[in-house]
Amino acid sequence: MSAEPDVVRERIEQLYRSDSRRVLATLIRLLGDFDLAEEAMQDAFTAAVARWPADGIPDHPRTWLVSAGRFKAIDRLRRRATFDATLAPMLRRVGESAEQPDVDDDQVEDDRLRLIFTCCHPALGMDAQVALTLREVCGLTTEEIAHAYLTPAPTLAQRIVRAKVKIRDANIPYQVPTRTALPSRLGAVLHVIYLVFNEGYSASSGSAVVRHDLSSEAITLGRLLVQLLPEPEAYGLLALMLLHDARRAARVSADGELVLLDDQDRSLWNRAQIAEGCTLVEKALTTGPVGPYGLQAAIAAVHCEAESANRTDWPQIVGLYDLLLRLEPTPIVELNRAAAVAMQEGPAKGLALIDAIVRRGQLGDYHHVHSARADLLRQLGRGSEAIEAYERALNLNTQEPERRFLSRRIAELRSA
Amino acid sequence: MRYLCLIYDNEQAWGKMPKEESDAVFGEYFTFTEGIKQSGQHLGGEALQPTPTATTVRVRNGKVTTTDGPFAETKEQLGGYYLIDARDLNDAIQVAAKIPSARYGSVEIRPIMEFTAM
Repeated sequence: MSAEPDVVRERIEQLYRSDSRRVLATLIRLLGDFDLAEEAMQDAFTAAVARWPADGIPDHPRTWLVSAGRFKAIDRLRRRATFDATLAPMLRRVGESAEQPDVDDDQVEDDRLRLIFTCCHPALGMDAQVALTLREVCGLTTEEIAHAYLTPAPTLAQRIVRAKVKIRDANIPYQVPTRTALPSRLGAVLHVIYLVFNEGYSASSGSAVVRHDLSSEAITLGRLLVQLLPEPEAYGLLALMLLHDARRAARVSADGELVLLDDQDRSLWNRAQIAEGCTLVEKALTTGPVGPYGLQAAIAAVHCEAESANRTDWPQIVGLYDLLLRLEPTPIVELNRAAAVAMQEGPAKGLALIDAIVRRGQLGDYHHVHSARADLLRQLGRGSEAIEAYERALNLNTQEPERRFLSRRIAELRSA
Repeated sequence: MRYLCLIYDNEQAWGKMPKEESDAVFGEYFTFTEGIKQSGQHLGGEALQPTPTATTVRVRNGKVTTTDGPFAETKEQLGGYYLIDARDLNDAIQVAAKIPSARYGSVEIRPIMEFTAM
């Protein structure tokens, strides 16, 4: 039963986009080795290109691909085992697993979760977790990841190789954590996703304000996680990312300059995405104990629902920060709360709170502290102190658009 | 799979600890060791004399040099170890987290390199 070659090719390309990561996740479980599984997955799609035009598209293409990948891997191992006797135990293990293919839909979704939790295992370095997740779960190439992180490709490739070696040699298991370990392990996964999002949303260095490719990868990961593991904090993180990302178009002016929340043209905000984010916030707040991501998303939702900065429900935002501070008593949360208090009760009140943080010896090197102080001093008409604070922020900030913004403010104050 | 759990503690803090407190920690160690003996995960383990008793040996160009003290001066010192049998790293982490010193110092987990006969 042959099929039109064009139709077949199109179907295979579509399957590659939609299912290659699923096939990979299952092959890693069956073969117990990342590299072997990666090769097997590529072999399986190559086999589909060669066979499907003549044989027709199978009824269960994914099962076919997994099964083809496994046999290809056994072939490869047999050939290599002829020259390398140390591969014999691996060949035995893979051969055993081949007897009972287990690729029903539930199992496949579990495999995707196994892959996520293995890539985000806390025994791997944070950089390695991020790189491995983007490579294995999102399917980005090493070059794409290197480009997004402004890292030389060989460095990034090395990072991924080392992570895979550690997974193999320290025997990091390919499994979803037990119920008791889940909260902390889920926290690690959420952290990796949020790091990827933030690198895309507010690149830590370089010339562009937003590297959208990484933000959208993180949102895709967030959606996948919510679908696989509908925990309150997974909803919270996805909501938070969608709500931040909804303001993307308004954050940068036509000439590439940064626009602060207060000054953004709110008609540019993505209303559909805000609506989706708000629905998810409700889920995060109602499906279980609320966590830090859920609260931050709730704060973002209040901002998104306001017609303007002045008409924002500041008391509610301060109240949400109070709750967040209880869960996460960090100076960064305190700083954000202080900025909200400044909006509610005036700049002098906010400034006093920020100065209290700095007096404790905290956040002295954090540029946002100085830009927040500078902004409040400017509002209070204390120009020379404001210039000094803007200059400190400028010295500590490495992001070009933010630096230009700070320089503009200094120039405005000097000419005033 | 075998893992070595290296226990790092602050020796000075140990020295300053009141007797009833250190007795309590020894009691916890005893209970922990009994527990992993019963579960079959205990393959070995010892406590070490403190670092002032350590001697470091190096051979350079055929010449033996010995120096007083541990390999590296650090805030926490190697104070003992367990050799355990664990299913995988997650299992080993669970065991290591129950070592009493994990709460005061730190425990480094190292997989044992297995050499297969060719």
